[in-house]
Amino acid sequence: MIPFVIDGQPVEGKEESNLLQVALDAGIEIPNLCYNESVKPYGACRLCLVEVVRNKRSRLTASCTYPVQPGIEVHTRTDKVLRARRMMMELLLAMCPGDQRLQEMAKEMGVKEVRFKKGDKDCILCGLCARVCDEVVGAHAIQFYSRGDRREMGAPFAGEAMNCIACGACVIVCPVNVIGMEEKADERTITRWKRTLKMKQCKVCGNTFAPWFQVENFREKANLPKDFFDVCYTCRS
Amino acid sequence: MERINSPQTLEEFRQAVISKRDPNQAVITICTGTGCHASGCHQVVAAFKKVLSEHPEGKRVNLRMTGCHGFCEKGPLVVLHPKKILYQKVKPENAQEIFEETVLKGEIIDSLLYAHPTTGEKIVHEDEVPFYKKQMRIIFGNNGSIDPASIEDYIAVGGYRALPKALLSMTPEAIIKEVKEANLRGRGGGGFPAGVKWESCRKAHGDTKHVICNADEGDPGAYMDRSLLEGNPHSVLEGMIIGAFAIGSHEGYVYVRNEYPLAVINIGIAIQQAKDLGLLGKNILGSGFDFDVKISRGGGAFVCGESSALVASVAGDVGEPRAKHIHLVESGLWDRPTNLNNVETWANVPVIILNGAKWYAGIGTEGSKGTKIFSLVGKVNNTGLVEVPMGITLREIVYEIGGGIPGGKKFKAVQTGGPSGGCIPESLIDLTVDFDRLTEAGSMMGSGGMIVMDESTCMVDVAKYFMNFLKDESCGKCTSCREGTKRMHEILTDISEGKGTIDQIDLLGELGWATAEASLCQLGGTASNPVLSTLRYFRKEYEDHILNKRCLAKVCRSLLTYRILSEACKMCGACAKACSADAIIGKKKSKKVEGIPYKIDAEKCIKCGMCFESCKFGAVEVQ
Repeated sequence: MIPFVIDGQPVEGKEESNLLQVALDAGIEIPNLCYNESVKPYGACRLCLVEVVRNKRSRLTASCTYPVQPGIEVHTRTDKVLRARRMMMELLLAMCPGDQRLQEMAKEMGVKEVRFKKGDKDCILCGLCARVCDEVVGAHAIQFYSRGDRREMGAPFAGEAMNCIACGACVIVCPVNVIGMEEKADERTITRWKRTLKMKQCKVCGNTFAPWFQVENFREKANLPKDFFDVCYTCRS
Repeated sequence: MERINSPQTLEEFRQAVISKRDPNQAVITICTGTGCHASGCHQVVAAFKKVLSEHPEGKRVNLRMTGCHGFCEKGPLVVLHPKKILYQKVKPENAQEIFEETVLKGEIIDSLLYAHPTTGEKIVHEDEVPFYKKQMRIIFGNNGSIDPASIEDYIAVGGYRALPKALLSMTPEAIIKEVKEANLRGRGGGGFPAGVKWESCRKAHGDTKHVICNADEGDPGAYMDRSLLEGNPHSVLEGMIIGAFAIGSHEGYVYVRNEYPLAVINIGIAIQQAKDLGLLGKNILGSGFDFDVKISRGGGAFVCGESSALVASVAGDVGEPRAKHIHLVESGLWDRPTNLNNVETWANVPVIILNGAKWYAGIGTEGSKGTKIFSLVGKVNNTGLVEVPMGITLREIVYEIGGGIPGGKKFKAVQTGGPSGGCIPESLIDLTVDFDRLTEAGSMMGSGGMIVMDESTCMVDVAKYFMNFLKDESCGKCTSCREGTKRMHEILTDISEGKGTIDQIDLLGELGWATAEASLCQLGGTASNPVLSTLRYFRKEYEDHILNKRCLAKVCRSLLTYRILSEACKMCGACAKACSADAIIGKKKSKKVEGIPYKIDAEKCIKCGMCFESCKFGAVEVQ
């Protein structure tokens, strides 16, 4: 365990863990949007900014990508930190003025107005969906494309995400809830990635439980017997 | 070609090359660098080839196509050795005369000489031209005398002399010590001491280490790395081999943008030649040290010049920076210790090893040693590449080397450091140029772009131009850089169109601060420099745009009004013909028709400025 200090409070973090996780575990609140402990930190949203003093030098940095180091002093609520975070929030809100989560966070952070022209986006480009899809699911169905202010998240060639198994992990992980999933009759659709897949029916209870493409994908990867997914999880256990 | 396997054989090879050459032989060197290429040097080369092949004496003359000489303004450049007679703006039809008069008879052709811009005095020899006189060309100097595709040329001028010294008579530690004592700072922009970086990389854990040459020069208007790689690739390679030996790396990469086709070709030729001669590969010069270099071509994204994005790009991933709390020297390319330096930094290494740290540290200022190559462009008489000792003043560069501002206009500012650099105003023209002074002035050294601006440059427009570049070239990963540059550009556009409000000046300042502080990499970290430095030195100009809806430099079109002075109008109709918006009404005067003076309908006018350009009588007024 590596000892260091956050806001005057001594804390300890595991080697290779990051400041944000240690702070959250210690009950110290730091706003964040693009962080999720099941994937690698990415540092996109810049809301988790903190001030780190190391070797007597202080700098602003995103706490999610900063590895814990012995002897550092972390300040999470200095004027500088709050001022920079507010600007990040204002920029995000200007980009996606309709996002409810953003509006709530902005209120908490004391962002009273947006001084920029209002955009019409809903996605905050945090990349969590793609990171979950890559690192946890392993489907690699979606990714960022273009750069600069033209950056978007989507399926290859902005068409249907042909690798998507419609598992819904991206839907759950999206911090601003803009990836929709619908189930109608025996089909599941991830609307944002234009992906619709037929569902598999359980041989015992008759309920649909997962897309065919998904269970076949899992079966092949895990080298399971052909009839493994004939029965749903509930009926199997 | 037989492999050279010891320093003695290399020296014998050098002597053999030199002895075959007559120092008094007539050599015609023609600059075939990027600038001269654009001004038609290849037609000049073809003309000389024809002249030489047709004349019985032609065989005695050596025609050499070299890399960039630096004096791009006056290209195509031809220099006649051994006397170093400089002919500028040479056309293909001059080839015959140059050969017959100057090469054969030794007569000087007056019309092709460079004339001093103020005195009009004709200057015969290259080194007497003021543009070259003030320079100190220890890195760039050989560009003008060697054929980049010939390793013999490089060896003949003393190339690959530092290599045996480093590999066989110095330890890696001694090399690092030498580079540290020379205080060579990275020429790519950051200015980090190269020796310190090498030492960390040498000490880093890992069996395989990499050295990389960053040739992803992306600043608009900057081309010094390109010209070095095109004109003297072996000097970069020699530096890399020495660096790799010091660090303990056996695998190097040159990351060069594919938009630099000649640089890609020439470094490719250089690598192959060095391999054939045994200066790359296994057991270099019998030292037991193995090193190989590969070329990795980049797609031309500006952000790929950032070290962590570059490394990602070399590995085949998306060129996106990552947080560098663990440095590349610890974990870089494929998570292995990686040492990255740019083209110019590597080219400095052989010079330091050969002449010693003491000599090198004698050049420059306290914190910045050696020389720096700048690409001097914009509103200056002598545009081109200049290599100057650190510590020279901006005034010397702009007025003595650059020859001042053309058209008798007034100097306004110098923009240094590329898109993320800043503008330095006239009040700081005596600023000494080095890493620290430029940073203090709110700009930076960057990779060495230097854009001169005169009174006809609008500083709001300049900031807008660079912000447009940066918002396009930001990778888009982090909110601060992607949205920050986008919003700064949006506000600047509003101001330049007369839609700005006075509160937006403070908002720009706050946004610029937050973008710099909160961004993940140095692209975002320096992206607000164009805005912050122009706000710092030219705030009045911003206020003038916002409060008085006025652009004194007459650049921001939306704020201009065009008017035809009826008393000056000759009723020729040229303006009406040029107007694409049909906004100009009047009647053309002829022998039969009386004519009506032309007028601009302000409602219809799109302020394109074509009427102003087309009027030969100065009857169109811009306000």
